[in-house]
Amino acid sequence: MAQLPSERPPLLELRDLAITYQTGAGPVPAVRGVSLAVDAGQTLGLAGESGCGKSTVAASILRLLPSSATITGEILFNGENVITMRWGRLRAVRWAGASIIFQGAMHSLNPVQRIGRQIAEPILLHSPQTTPAQAQRRVAELLGQVGLPTRRAESYPHELSGGQKQRVMIAMALACEPNLIIADEPTTALDVMIQAQVLNLIGGLVREHGIGLIMISHDLSVLSETCERLAVMYAGRIVEQGPSHLVFTQARHPYAEALAWAFPIIGDPRTRLSPRGLPGDPPDPAKIPAGCSFHPRCAVAVPECSERAMELWPAGDGRLAACLRILPDFPGESPVRSVRKEEKDQPGEAVA
Amino acid sequence: MTADSGQETLVAEQGATPVLSAAGVRVSFPGRGRRPAATAVDGVNLDIAPGEIVALVGESGCGKTTLARTMLGLERPTEGQVLFGGSPIGYRSGALRMYRRQVQLVLQDPTGSLNPRHTVYEAVAEGVRIHRLGDEEARVSRALARCGLRPPERFYGRYPHELSGGQRQRVVIAGALVLEPQVLVADEPVASLDASVRGEILSLLLKLRDDLGLAALVVTHDLGLAWNIADRLAVMYLGRIVEVGTPEQVFANPRHPYTKALMSVLPESPIEPIVLAGEPPDATRIPGGCRFHPRCPELASGAAAAAGVDGRCRGERLRVLPPTVPGESQVSCHLAQALAR
Repeated sequence: MAQLPSERPPLLELRDLAITYQTGAGPVPAVRGVSLAVDAGQTLGLAGESGCGKSTVAASILRLLPSSATITGEILFNGENVITMRWGRLRAVRWAGASIIFQGAMHSLNPVQRIGRQIAEPILLHSPQTTPAQAQRRVAELLGQVGLPTRRAESYPHELSGGQKQRVMIAMALACEPNLIIADEPTTALDVMIQAQVLNLIGGLVREHGIGLIMISHDLSVLSETCERLAVMYAGRIVEQGPSHLVFTQARHPYAEALAWAFPIIGDPRTRLSPRGLPGDPPDPAKIPAGCSFHPRCAVAVPECSERAMELWPAGDGRLAACLRILPDFPGESPVRSVRKEEKDQPGEAVA
Repeated sequence: MTADSGQETLVAEQGATPVLSAAGVRVSFPGRGRRPAATAVDGVNLDIAPGEIVALVGESGCGKTTLARTMLGLERPTEGQVLFGGSPIGYRSGALRMYRRQVQLVLQDPTGSLNPRHTVYEAVAEGVRIHRLGDEEARVSRALARCGLRPPERFYGRYPHELSGGQRQRVVIAGALVLEPQVLVADEPVASLDASVRGEILSLLLKLRDDLGLAALVVTHDLGLAWNIADRLAVMYLGRIVEVGTPEQVFANPRHPYTKALMSVLPESPIEPIVLAGEPPDATRIPGGCRFHPRCPELASGAAAAAGVDGRCRGERLRVLPPTVPGESQVSCHLAQALAR
């Protein structure tokens, strides 16, 4: 998927990244060989359920993992390996090169410091020659970018609503003009209206500033709205990736399909009074099933699924999927089982 | 009532006594210090028929959780009444205890609502013990099995941390079901669950309705949930129900500008998103006229003026919507009412 037209390395490239946590009960592999790339101005959605390793991937990019984690593979930021980077260089890359908007960011603000001072902190740390007046101007500019009035710089976090706090977190992430933003569930716990405001804001900033974006969520509908490409993870591996609208509407991997169907298309009679779920639970990372790790939950698994090693095979239209059913020699029914939505079809208005 | 789903629903015939209703409920909280009082629920009529699932949707701070708490008897209405089976509920401890056998609560976060030191059996049996009912084990086993935790004995000795998120939520629902209530009040029952588990839990709520005739009031900001399971949908804004109808009626033809805006920002909405500016207004300062008018896109665009109702939007209060029967839709908007005439 990392098509590189030029010699220039992509903004971020993960090569066969594997992360194992050492626990009292033995090693637990959380990420088992993930490769992906994001370039400036590109947006990538990383989807999957709790425990699939998506947040571990996000934290590893800035080496924010606990010391119990061992990392193999490569994390190349502008061609430089983050894993072997020296501490001083890593500090420069954090915030100024890439920044993270954390899950539940509203709780990461310091309750006893004014908003303006918290936004100014990374600016002053990264360019110590900045005068307080310059920092103040920059804070005002950032608040403007995220649609908050300048006087909010004087507020304390408790004076802001959830959506406003999330905007402050986005302003902080932008403070040092990074090239890459990693947003880990940036809209979880926000209302639909606030979610729409925050997604609009992130989308706009990425377009205007040519920033690379990795957005993490379990909600494929949100990701497909914001990101050009999607990667769906299951049990520490990517099982499908490709253009968002294709992965979302006509997934080729049964797990990606189940995730896409988890949120109904309102107005689609197929989902009215019939919510779709995925029976079973994700595997224990310490005991991952052989063959395709999804096969025990898969409704269309065949005996071969529990034996053959999976890899990401080309699945047409710029997609990759780790499912035997897409291989040309696979006997039986068509790999796309249910089309969630035809392109430009109108099931959204289908109720009479 | 849902012609296209082909599913049998146990919704009562029109005119049957609602199992649970709010009649003119108003809930105010006194202000602390010099702050003014907040009116979280400002006049709500809502009937829930036996076996009916009603979804109450709205933004944070619109009063939906306060209304749900009031329906459970956890909050006493400042004005109006909560009626169970047609008679007002009592607030003495004995009366409330009897009431809670019939109307049970399911909370949002199963991890937070289960005691980490109690086994599944203890968590589910607690209600049976409080109400001093017999056949403890038979009841627990039946409740767990109904919630899809089979065989139930295998789950008795487990602790919450040994269960997945979906299983924990099933235990919470089993704890509510063990008393064989007639109504479940669920506050965001799937908001903290993974996408894949969400559908499983919603299917369970539908199945309980079909098997046991259980009615439910589901409080959520998730419109997809309403489409998935609700027989009726009530949209709440700043303490009032502003639109009510079946999901088919409301989603195919939203009449209130607020409902339209909510629908338009859904990720796959076919219509151009109408992103309302700002946060929901404050329950301590409810605007005059229509309470939505300061944020109303129809008023801002001049559509209300073109219909000649802009003065009323700004100055004339809307009456509280009367309770509706299943199948009937209502809207509390000067413009929509003028257009319907």
